[in-house]
Amino acid sequence: MKSFLNGNIALCKGAITAGLKSYFGYPITPQNEIPSYLSRKMIEIGRVFVQAESEIAAINMTLGAAVTGARAMTSSSSPGISLKQETISYMAGMQVPALIVNIQRGGPGLGNISGAQSDYFQAVKGGGHGDYRIIVIAPNSVQEMYETAYDAFDLAEKYRTPVMILSDGVIGQMMEPVEFNKLEKKESELSKKDWILNGCKNRKPRSVKSLFMKEGILEENNIKLQKKYKLISENEIKYELYMAEDAEVIITAYGISSRISKSAVKLARKNGIKAGLFRPRVLWPFPSKIINSLAKSNVKFLSVELTCGGQMIEDVKLALNGKSSVEFLGKTDGKLITEEEILNKLKIL
Amino acid sequence: MKATIRVNSERCKGCGLCIEFCPRQCIFFSKQFNKSGYHWAVLEKENDCTGCGLCFMMCPDICIETYKNKGIR
Amino acid sequence: MGKMLSRPKSLKNVALSYCPGCGHGIVHRIIAECIDELSIREKTIAVAPVGCAVFAYDYFNFDVTEAPHGRPPAVATGIKRTNPDKFVFTYQGDGDIAAIGMAETMHAANRGENISIIFVNNANYGMTGGQMAPTTLIGQVTDTTPFGRNSKKEGYPIKLCELLSVLEGSIYLERVSIHNPKNIINTRKAIKKAFQCQIDGKGFSMIEVISNCPVGWSMSPLESIKWVKEVFIKSFPLGVVCDKR
Repeated sequence: MKSFLNGNIALCKGAITAGLKSYFGYPITPQNEIPSYLSRKMIEIGRVFVQAESEIAAINMTLGAAVTGARAMTSSSSPGISLKQETISYMAGMQVPALIVNIQRGGPGLGNISGAQSDYFQAVKGGGHGDYRIIVIAPNSVQEMYETAYDAFDLAEKYRTPVMILSDGVIGQMMEPVEFNKLEKKESELSKKDWILNGCKNRKPRSVKSLFMKEGILEENNIKLQKKYKLISENEIKYELYMAEDAEVIITAYGISSRISKSAVKLARKNGIKAGLFRPRVLWPFPSKIINSLAKSNVKFLSVELTCGGQMIEDVKLALNGKSSVEFLGKTDGKLITEEEILNKLKIL
Repeated sequence: MKATIRVNSERCKGCGLCIEFCPRQCIFFSKQFNKSGYHWAVLEKENDCTGCGLCFMMCPDICIETYKNKGIR
Repeated sequence: MGKMLSRPKSLKNVALSYCPGCGHGIVHRIIAECIDELSIREKTIAVAPVGCAVFAYDYFNFDVTEAPHGRPPAVATGIKRTNPDKFVFTYQGDGDIAAIGMAETMHAANRGENISIIFVNNANYGMTGGQMAPTTLIGQVTDTTPFGRNSKKEGYPIKLCELLSVLEGSIYLERVSIHNPKNIINTRKAIKKAFQCQIDGKGFSMIEVISNCPVGWSMSPLESIKWVKEVFIKSFPLGVVCDKR
């Protein structure tokens, strides 16, 4: 069965199908469809919805629900995600799984309310204080908003880590047909967790914390986290390659930019340019090895992003490690890059 | 002896609140130091203790227990 | 001889890290006794603060989570809304609850969250070395008010019970003290009432415990107890501030 939905609602449906028990939100454009939809739906199905007093309170409520083992989620857009960073750092240190959704808008500061991709650094490099990473997923269609929201909870629980869906105002608000191809998760199907706080009946009391004061134990915990991040880096790389085998120029792009870039590749091929696309579906862990394997002296790269200065391009450069050159095409101010603009850039590379 | 108290001498930090609030003034500081360097609380006038529990109540380190001789009313 | 008074079951048999004479230990003991008496230890999920009581999870013998500075009421909201059958309380200091976390405190009360808050007011930031707190008294010398708190520059001590009492969501608010056995008994009664308020599903309660901080105040334990009695509670009058149970 297919429905015609916008990305934000599709995301809600995916999360609910995965067993979302508690949602905590705060209004900010362009993610308002999420709290609006869930304020009705969650109550109708007997689950928890709270409109918090701030983005800070919303993520801390999410933390509270998640330490009890419930599938919990909060959503916001760029300035609100900045406010949530402190608690995301706590969640990483406390190893609390939860889903955080960023429907990006333009920045810095209040910026504007149109789609943007300028929170890449914040999302993939840690964002808050301390030595940590979170899994960052980048859907590029309304269908993928549904599917990634569904899968995010399993991923979060598997590694006891916060997971972020890094989308943007365009995908959040555009409408496309969605196939509801996931099965409803029952509470009994969810994995049993041996660390959650649910009252100490028939067991020793537990605590969930990120404070490690005694000599050596902070390092011990950080080494444990780094081992986990290494494991995630080995197992959770996801990407899409399009016409890259014989490509002389490979566009790297994620989210909405990758959609436009795919059309640009088709257009370029018609114009006799051997273009291809590399699209990370997961931004952290970043598919550096794959990009490196595509690098050759006669292959050029072009990073297409909705940023002004370029952000993901830095990770592409690191991955290429000098084996290929990489150029940048970006736009901000809420305007989308067009296929023609990409084609023109490809022509002069 | 109607009642007595038992002080965990290593946990006691010598704050003196039990001594201050003992209505019969039967608790004093030890002459020696414990491992943490504090003079701990000692029930010296053993026969004066009624087991009223005020020392237990005032102790911030929960290192006092009270005992009563159940035969005596 | 039979044992009469001893450590409650809800408190682990470990040494506390608080300074000599600090009131936190007494408040911990009272909370643990109330939880034992109400037989709710096995369904309790507590929220520890950032501040001197940050190690509360090492002392309480039930489930405890950490929370970022000021956010325990939001964390407790998430726990309780998701698990209405659990018993949820936060343990917070003055800086945590009335400075950085004022928004979370006010809104948890205003929503009438069915949680209990134990607020330990000792008029300074103890953990960080005795800086001015929102509850520091006028004229009180602290690490960051070396000339005494000046209302023209630093404002006035915040009376949180009174502030929350105007919110319709607040059900039970009381200010108590632990400077002598009589007041400790009152504190115990108040905390038990607050916990019962949650068990009965009546909604938001907060007990503000006026406590001493000998090291933060540069006093001996006995001087600090005397200061609570003669100065502190003159500015923060004890008693029930709101009771809609």
